[in-house]
Amino acid sequence: MVPFAGWELPLQYGGILAEHRAVRQGVGLFDVSHMGRLAVGGPDAGRAVDRLCANDPRALGPGRALYTPLCAEDGGTVDDAILYCRRSGEDYLLIVNAANTAGDREWMEAELAALGLRAAVADQTRQTALLALQGPGAAALLRGLAGAAPAGLAPFACLEAVVAGAPCLVARTGYTGEDGFELACAAEAAPPLWDALLAAGAAPCGLGARDTLRLEAALPLYGHELSREISPLEARLQRFVHVQGRECSGAAALRRLAAEGPPRRLVGLLPEAPAIARAGAVVTGGDGRPLGTVTSGTHAPTLGRAVALALVERGAVRVGDRVAVDVRGRAAAAVVTPLPFYRRG
Amino acid sequence: MAEEFPQDLGYTAEHEWYRAADGAVGITAHAQAALGDVVYVELPAVGARVVAGTPCGTVESVKSVSEIYAPVSGVVVAVNAELAAAPELVNQDPYGRGFMLRLRAEGDPAPLLSAPEYRALVGGH
Repeated sequence: MVPFAGWELPLQYGGILAEHRAVRQGVGLFDVSHMGRLAVGGPDAGRAVDRLCANDPRALGPGRALYTPLCAEDGGTVDDAILYCRRSGEDYLLIVNAANTAGDREWMEAELAALGLRAAVADQTRQTALLALQGPGAAALLRGLAGAAPAGLAPFACLEAVVAGAPCLVARTGYTGEDGFELACAAEAAPPLWDALLAAGAAPCGLGARDTLRLEAALPLYGHELSREISPLEARLQRFVHVQGRECSGAAALRRLAAEGPPRRLVGLLPEAPAIARAGAVVTGGDGRPLGTVTSGTHAPTLGRAVALALVERGAVRVGDRVAVDVRGRAAAAVVTPLPFYRRG
Repeated sequence: MAEEFPQDLGYTAEHEWYRAADGAVGITAHAQAALGDVVYVELPAVGARVVAGTPCGTVESVKSVSEIYAPVSGVVVAVNAELAAAPELVNQDPYGRGFMLRLRAEGDPAPLLSAPEYRALVGGH
């Protein structure tokens, strides 16, 4: 167990490599209850989420979810989140990063107060739990415990269902690059639900596998690929930023950034074996000029080699270019590669 | 795992073990469990001199990398060639097939911990 954002979380149950493989080939189960669950309600809830989200929630109807950055006035990222619409215009749930839960809530309340919106943000994290069931076997397993409707959800759709006796909000979402579902339930319902999912064949998976899976799929992690200093436009999230004709928080800065071209962009690197480049490693070009920094890096189990994401000067490198990455004081060769490193199917 | 603290080995506070009988060096069961799945081991060259208590290689897991500190001073006479293709041997058999290198010890014998002393250090049961 390791400390993480004020929680105690399992790094692994049986080994990161085995858990990673279970998700890629079978079905794995993560307890992600540490993630913040913020409910937005009130007569102006629809206008509130429209203000807060850089992705456009106006097309979101009941039973749908979307991935959205939350941006500050200067276009930097306050957090990235999944927004669920439970009842249109009245009832929204935002799933945010654990370390940002309190800060996000304060930021949201300040934004809403500044606009005089009649909407409130309720932190439901402690009263609820969130389990992520991920892998090619997830749908079949869920069908066995919850029936055809939840198992047949379209991607990014959600519905209320009973899973192994526990009332849940079930969404076809995830953070692994595989098919899967996230189940939100009352906190006290989670332990028996967890047991039922394991008994049905899911492999318990921890933080270690969660990171190797998302990194193979090139999914950003706040604090690495996104931060107050890194805009979503630099982090390959352009398709989740819709600021033309909208005045969400950060819209003007994001429009300007899009028009000028963001100063940096995220690229994929394949370090030459045996080097494993890790977050913070400096990336230099052929002439020895520093180009940027590795934001995340690890050994990628599906590929059997190291992979890394790096934020570099825009225009500095193209796919196929060779760069150097500082690995413990030595220059390791790496090749710029297209993203993602892994795509299912 | 067959045995966590083999009696015939000397141990360091940095979780290496040394077997005087054949000069073999590796990391302990406690160390491999803390590291997690090992994906790469960087070893010194045969013929290199190593100094007790100083780094002589690295062991890299999915989530982190650690130095391997030489438990005694001497010359590297062999490295475990199996680890290049099967680094997981360090996790599976840290005192056997997962050994890292063999030294010919030189100079004064280094003060190594006994099995009970190392067990007490790591709070083993």
